[in-house]
Amino acid sequence: MHEKVNQLENFAQQVRRDIVRMVHAVQSGHPGGSLGCADFITSLYQDIMNHNPNNFTMDGKNEDLFFLSNGHISPVFYSVLARTGYFPVEELKTFRKINTRLQGHPTTHEGLPGVRIASGSLGQGMSVAIGAALAKKLNNDKSLVYCLHGDGELQEGQIWEAAMYAAGNKVDNLIATVDYNHKQIDGDIDDVLPLGDLRAKFEAFGWFVLEMNGNDIKDILQVMAIAKAKTRQGMPIMIIMKTEMGQGVDFMMGTHKWHGSPPNDEQLANALSQIPETLGDY
Amino acid sequence: MKEYPVLGKKDTRSGFGDGLTELGKTNEKVVALCADLIGSLKMGDFQKNHPDRFFQVGIAEANMMGIAAGLTIGGYIPFTGTFANFSTSRVYDQIRQSIAYSGKNVKVCASHAGLTLGEDGATHQVLEDIGMMKMLPHMTVINPCDYNQTKAATLAISKHEGPVYLRFGRPSVPIFIPEDMPFEIGKAIVLSEGTDVSIFATGHMVWKALEAAKVLEEKGISAEVINIHTIKPLDEKAVLDSVSKTKCVVTAEEHQLAGGLGESIAQLLSKSLPSPMEYVAVNDTFGESGTPDQLMEKYGLTSENIVIAAQNVLKRK
Repeated sequence: MHEKVNQLENFAQQVRRDIVRMVHAVQSGHPGGSLGCADFITSLYQDIMNHNPNNFTMDGKNEDLFFLSNGHISPVFYSVLARTGYFPVEELKTFRKINTRLQGHPTTHEGLPGVRIASGSLGQGMSVAIGAALAKKLNNDKSLVYCLHGDGELQEGQIWEAAMYAAGNKVDNLIATVDYNHKQIDGDIDDVLPLGDLRAKFEAFGWFVLEMNGNDIKDILQVMAIAKAKTRQGMPIMIIMKTEMGQGVDFMMGTHKWHGSPPNDEQLANALSQIPETLGDY
Repeated sequence: MKEYPVLGKKDTRSGFGDGLTELGKTNEKVVALCADLIGSLKMGDFQKNHPDRFFQVGIAEANMMGIAAGLTIGGYIPFTGTFANFSTSRVYDQIRQSIAYSGKNVKVCASHAGLTLGEDGATHQVLEDIGMMKMLPHMTVINPCDYNQTKAATLAISKHEGPVYLRFGRPSVPIFIPEDMPFEIGKAIVLSEGTDVSIFATGHMVWKALEAAKVLEEKGISAEVINIHTIKPLDEKAVLDSVSKTKCVVTAEEHQLAGGLGESIAQLLSKSLPSPMEYVAVNDTFGESGTPDQLMEKYGLTSENIVIAAQNVLKRK
C-alpha cells in the first residue's frame, strides 16, 4: 500500500506540473480545480478503474467508464489520460491551441481517445453517466461507471433530476463524486449559493454517501474501495470529496482567484519549484 | 394533376408509435425514453413489450436527453419522446452539448408540434423547433406529412447513424402516402408535377398543398407539389430542378417563418437561383387556444392561403 501510494503521489505531482505548464503556455484555462483533483483523477486512472488505454473504444464494453462533468478542469483530465497512455504526452503542448484535439473543454468532436462525451456546459454529466450505466446493465456488463462534478455545478437543476432518477431506478453501478472545494468563479460557495447539508441532501434523495479527503491518496484508495464494495446493492453512490483548490501550489491555495486564471512567467517558476519533476516534463 | 386518394385518417404520432412498436421487434438495440407522456406519444406498446428497454424518466427532459446520450455509449439507439416544445427549447443546451456536439446517435422524437396541438395554447405550441434543430451541426431534421410517412420515417432513422429530430403532431389528418413508399432521408418527393409554380410543403401542410394545387388547376395554374419531409439536409437538387422549371416558389409549413423550411429554401435560391417566393408560415407571433382548424385558419395556414400565395407569386415572375 505504501509503495503504491508513493507511486501515485509521484504521478500526481507530475500531473500538477503539467497542469500549471499547460495553462501557462496558452495563458488560459482552469488550474485551481485541476490541481485540487490531481490526486483523485490519478488514482482513478492509475489504480481504481479497470480500463484499456491502448485500445480506446467509444462503447468501452467490459471497461469501467469515467465522465468528467465539470469539463473546465480539462488540464488534469488531459494530463492523466496522456500519461496513462491514451494519447502521446507531447500532445499536451497543444492544449487550447488552434487545430488541437485538446479543446478548452473536453469533447469527442476531435476524436481524442479517452473522452466519451463533451462537457463544459455544467450539470449534464451525471445524466450521461446514468445512461452509460443503464447500457452496461442491458449489456450484462459488470464494470462500473464513474463521474465527477464540481460543487458549484450542483447548483444546476439537471443534477437533481439525475440524482432523483438514479436513486429511484436503483442505478447501483454508478459512483459519482463531487469535488467539494467550496469555491466557484465568483467566490466561496456559501457567498454565491450555499449547498446546505450536501450529505443529507443526497441521502434524502436515496444515495449511499461517503466522504473522503481528495488530497490524500491513501484515503482516496480506502474510500473508493468501500464505494466499489457498495455497488450493486440497489443504491447509487455519491462521494463528497473534500479538496483544496490549487492544492500543491501554495499561492493558488485558499482562494477562488485561480479558478480560471493562468500564472505569469514568474508565478510559473515559483509554482514549478514547489512541484519538482517526477516522470519527466513533456 | 396526380390524384392522391385518402386512405384513411390518423394522427402522425400514431405513425411514430407504430413504427416504434415495429422497431422493438426488429432491432434489439432500439431503446425508448419518455418524460411522462407515454399515452400522448403512443409509446405504450413499446413499454409493454420491452419493459427492459423502456425508460420512464418522469418530468425531467434535460435528464432524459443526457441519459439518452449515455445509452449510446454501449451501442444502443435511444428514441426520446415528449412534446416538441419540451424536446427542443426546454433542452436545447443538453441536445447541443451532450448529443449534437458529442455526435451521439440519439433520435429526438417530438409530438404535438405546431398550432395543431390546439386547446393547450401557446405554452405548448412550439413553432420554433425546426429552426432551433436545423441550426445544430450534425442534426438531421425530419417533419413527415401523414401516418404512413411518419411510420416509415421512424423506421428509417433507426438505420441512420447520428442525431435526428423527428417532428410530428397530434391531430387526425388524411393518410395519402402509400404504405409501401420507401422513406429516404434527405430525398424530397415530387407528389404532383407542374410547370407554373413550385409548392414546397412539410408536415401537416403537405395535404393542404395538394388541396391547393387542385384549386389552382381549376384556375388554369399548374402547380408542382413537393413534399420536403427532410428539412435538413435539404434536397437541394429537387428544389433547384423544380424552380428551374417553374421560376417561382411557395413554401408551406406549420412553423415560424423565421428558421423554417421557407428560410432554408430561400437561402439556397438566393445563392443559386434567385426567384420570387411567398411563404405560408406563422409570422413572428405566438399561438393561442382553439381547435386545430380554427388556429390554422386564424394564423394563415390553410389551403386557401397557399392558393393566394401562389397567385401572388405568379404576379412577381
